[in-house]
Amino acid sequence: MTPISRGFRGRRQPEGAAARLPPGQYETRDFPVLSAGPTPRTPLSVWDLTLRAPDGQSARWTWDELVALPREKVTVDIHCVTKWSKFGTSWEGIAIDTLISAASARGVKTASYVMARSDGGYTTNVPLADLTNGQGWIAFNYGDAALPPEHGGPARLLVPHLYFWKSAKWVRELRFMENDTPGFWESLGYHNYGDPWREQRYAGDE
Amino acid sequence: MTARVAATRIEWRLATVLDVVPETPGTRTLLLDVPGWPGHRAGQHVDVRLTADDGYQAERSYSIASPPEDEKLALTVERLVDGEVSPYLTEELHPGDKFELRGPIGGYFVWDLPSGGPLFLVGGGSGIVPLMAMIRHRDSSLAAGDPDARKKLPTRLLYSSRAWDEVIYRDELAALTAKDPTLEVVHTLTRNPPAGWTGFHRRIDRAMLAEVGWPASDTPRVFVCGPTPLVEVVASTLVDLGHQPALVKTERFGPTGGPT
Repeated sequence: MTPISRGFRGRRQPEGAAARLPPGQYETRDFPVLSAGPTPRTPLSVWDLTLRAPDGQSARWTWDELVALPREKVTVDIHCVTKWSKFGTSWEGIAIDTLISAASARGVKTASYVMARSDGGYTTNVPLADLTNGQGWIAFNYGDAALPPEHGGPARLLVPHLYFWKSAKWVRELRFMENDTPGFWESLGYHNYGDPWREQRYAGDE
Repeated sequence: MTARVAATRIEWRLATVLDVVPETPGTRTLLLDVPGWPGHRAGQHVDVRLTADDGYQAERSYSIASPPEDEKLALTVERLVDGEVSPYLTEELHPGDKFELRGPIGGYFVWDLPSGGPLFLVGGGSGIVPLMAMIRHRDSSLAAGDPDARKKLPTRLLYSSRAWDEVIYRDELAALTAKDPTLEVVHTLTRNPPAGWTGFHRRIDRAMLAEVGWPASDTPRVFVCGPTPLVEVVASTLVDLGHQPALVKTERFGPTGGPT
């Protein structure tokens, strides 16, 4: 059924790169920008991050408070649903585990699902289990510099094992939910979970 | 509370090339027959998958150029110098060739008549493609003999190209504006304007957006598509000019050109 494209050679990846590429992806050395609207610019003096429980209890960090928490550096491959993957990207930020521990000490209860909400109104839903145990961060440095606004600065969610639209730029809130609810792209035809290795790009992909 | 839409998988379909139309030296429009095509909205895109004889596959996304009303699906593809898929699509494909695609994809960067107007479209290079689908949709869905309907949806396109011979859909845009006074097209050329050029000759900037676009008080629906630096400047400037961020929809492609 799949037709052979006569004369199409394509660009074969070296062995190592091929194994790191999820199906349908290609490696880029650039860092493309994708967002649905204008880049929001919130001054750090009024920026904050909130973790909110289903019952409304919340924990909040100002910018200075957030960056004073124990930091982690991670180097990860990232995969965008628009087909590009970028290997070995280096980030610095605060592990979601760290934030949850601090929030639970303030009486904030978690739940099975999380809705990330960003400046500009963007939302994306992620199961809590995909953000904990060293799988998710609030990242504010990229390379050795502050994360640029077009890439989500001052801070973005980083969940590198899912398609990159889950790594919400300009994140301001993580809201715990008992029930899963689709976010922005998840309501507009994209997959609810978004595992690149199973090529879960669009709603209906298995 | 859980909203669970029973989604059907967007299946790979076999497209047959009916024609390959040169648009500019670097771009071609592929006119396709896609049996079972479910229809689309102006602004959406498709994924294309090519398979080499040893089974190697490559996928890329391309914007749909044709309006929903057209029988044939049209993709306009720019050949990227170091591209993996676009050189094949623009140089190797002939009528009768087949390849796989699936779609339509994307439910945000779309415009239909109920979305309303005025409509302000800002494009750079091949970023014109989804905007052209909107212009064509507006043209083919508003009856030619109903000037009032067109007046209710006035449309302006600000289109940045490097050179005059790189303006995609140049003749069609001219023909559309000639017959429809409620459609205005303004070109700016960033590199080599032809002799006697009296239009804009610079990158899109604040003064140009203020001059060409509607004031924010008219709440135009704005769609911006092009390379990232253009989209960043245009979208930020429009917000500075008072446009509501929620009415400025963007689609970006290409590298950042930045240090990282």
